[in-house]
Amino acid sequence: MALIELRDVRREYDLGEVKVHALRTVSLEIEQGEFIALVGPSGSGKSTLMNTLGCLDRPTHGSYRLDGEEIVSMTRDQRARIRNKQLGFVFQNFNLLNRTSALENVELPLMYGPRMSARQRHDRAREVLDQVGLGDRYHHHPSQLSGGQQQRVAIARALVNRPSILMGDEPTGNLDSRTSREVIALFRELNERQRITVILVTHDPGIARNAERTIVLRDGRVVEDTTDFAKAKAALEFDADAS
Amino acid sequence: MSLLDTVRIALRALLKNKMRAVLTVIGVVIGIAAVTTIVSIGQGANRLVQGELANLGTNVIFVIPGQTTDGGVRQNDAPSLTAGDAEAIGSQCPAVLAASPLVFTGGQVIYGNENWSPKEMLGVGTDFLLVRNWRLEAGSFFSQADLDSKAKVCVIGQTLIPKLFRTTNPIGQTLRVNNVPVRVIGILSKKGANMVGDDQDNLLLMPQTTVRKRLLGSPMDNIHAIMVSARSTNQMSVATRQIRNLLLERHDIAPGEEDDFDITDMEEVAGMLGMITGTLTLMLSAIAGISLVVGGVGIMNIMLVSVTERTREIGIRMALGARGRDILSQFLIESVVLSSIGGVIGLALGTAMSMAATMLINAYKPGTDWPMVVSFPAALVAMGFAAAVGVFFGFYPARRASKLDPIDALRYE
Repeated sequence: MALIELRDVRREYDLGEVKVHALRTVSLEIEQGEFIALVGPSGSGKSTLMNTLGCLDRPTHGSYRLDGEEIVSMTRDQRARIRNKQLGFVFQNFNLLNRTSALENVELPLMYGPRMSARQRHDRAREVLDQVGLGDRYHHHPSQLSGGQQQRVAIARALVNRPSILMGDEPTGNLDSRTSREVIALFRELNERQRITVILVTHDPGIARNAERTIVLRDGRVVEDTTDFAKAKAALEFDADAS
Repeated sequence: MSLLDTVRIALRALLKNKMRAVLTVIGVVIGIAAVTTIVSIGQGANRLVQGELANLGTNVIFVIPGQTTDGGVRQNDAPSLTAGDAEAIGSQCPAVLAASPLVFTGGQVIYGNENWSPKEMLGVGTDFLLVRNWRLEAGSFFSQADLDSKAKVCVIGQTLIPKLFRTTNPIGQTLRVNNVPVRVIGILSKKGANMVGDDQDNLLLMPQTTVRKRLLGSPMDNIHAIMVSARSTNQMSVATRQIRNLLLERHDIAPGEEDDFDITDMEEVAGMLGMITGTLTLMLSAIAGISLVVGGVGIMNIMLVSVTERTREIGIRMALGARGRDILSQFLIESVVLSSIGGVIGLALGTAMSMAATMLINAYKPGTDWPMVVSFPAALVAMGFAAAVGVFFGFYPARRASKLDPIDALRYE
């Protein structure tokens, strides 16, 4: 059984007169331990797909099974539990709580999970911060950290509950190229060493190249799903030509 | 998420905006302080009234003669009560602690070159002090022998001492009361003014037999009233019934015939005075409570602003697994913490203000001993009220926060 199973997933936004089809029938499967890049031009539906996979959004049609559990029929609270337990998010703009230390930012998901003592939370958060190379920055606030360091804090936060899937929404979008490479290297390391499934949304072919498998979206449809990056690139460029 | 963590997060969030938190809290502080002060002063007033009533003699019941009609004028002056009635009430009614006959008189008291007209001159029985719950400061009270022999003795209130004796010890001195020489055998302890402002120490007591025979020269045996005290406040109605039955029997009044006496008690008066102070306190508290509502609206306003400002934070927390109720409790507790802090400060301020008010009253009106009352239950109620304000006015903003869509909230700039 695949970790993620999307069957005929559609997402429509009802804006009164017009219906916007953000996703039109997407079906795909993702196995545990894959490293996937979701690429496509803006408006292609990759963010909607990301939000759907991340259990932040609910498709209007179809079925989404995550680890065998049907997400579409779940309540808000059930999806919150899934996000807390199974998923880790890394955002383009880091989305750390400002005026809150790195350690406390990383502890946040632990507070919404099963009951844990404060000491256990500190220990776990320290452990993950050490893992991403920020062992000397526990008590720094986001404003005192560089962009790369902030994104590492965000990755530590995403990892703290030992999720099976790590999702990055343009995680290198606000970083310079050297830091981007470091962050991507971290994703690769996590994928290879800990078999964490990584799904990255990006429009940067240089980032997508690192993935084993690339899924190209256009107009709410999957137009290419391949392990051959050249093919994906071609699909993307075709897209760029068309627009 | 545990409550402790939530409270910690709430405190942290409030500390990030200290100035705003302080300004928001002021509304609640003023409200709670105002209510606390007013309730405390009101309870002081009530305590004062109750004290006065206790001074009057605890659980006092008056028995007065029944009506007579004389040329269309109706008066309570039937000569129906006797000293024997008083004695019988005192000894035969189980719910009665003590009873004393009363004979009213008045006139001038002379000692040496000084003269004085006491406000009250009463003829009483041996149990009078027991009935009124009064004490002697010096000397002794009348004995049964004094009553039997119509002894020319008296007991005086404190006011008479400076008026007549200056520095002389009054005990053993002889006064002339309406030209009858009377020896002072006792001095009552000071009682101060009563709630109407009358000086209760401006008083002279004599045995009722002495007053009747020697001062009034009355050939009759009747007395003017009987003052009775019940064993306790809850036995008032029992005592009243026992007195009535006893007097009906002693006066040979058949069923259907009109009673030749009236029984009144102080409970009604006490109840009415209590109701007046209570209503006044309630009314003023309600007015003060309005400021609490205004304070609550202030909290609601600031919480709404806070929810809007922190939309992204809410989105982040939701993405990380916070459920609606986690967000709800976070903001609700923030608002309760805010209002409770206001409650604590308001309580302290209110206590200080009522202390100051008590001191002012006592300083400007010497003689009144206005009690300082800060009751623990009232403080508890004030705190509960402050917290309730937080819950009530924090609920809407908190609910709004909890209903946010995580995607929209994350995208919020």
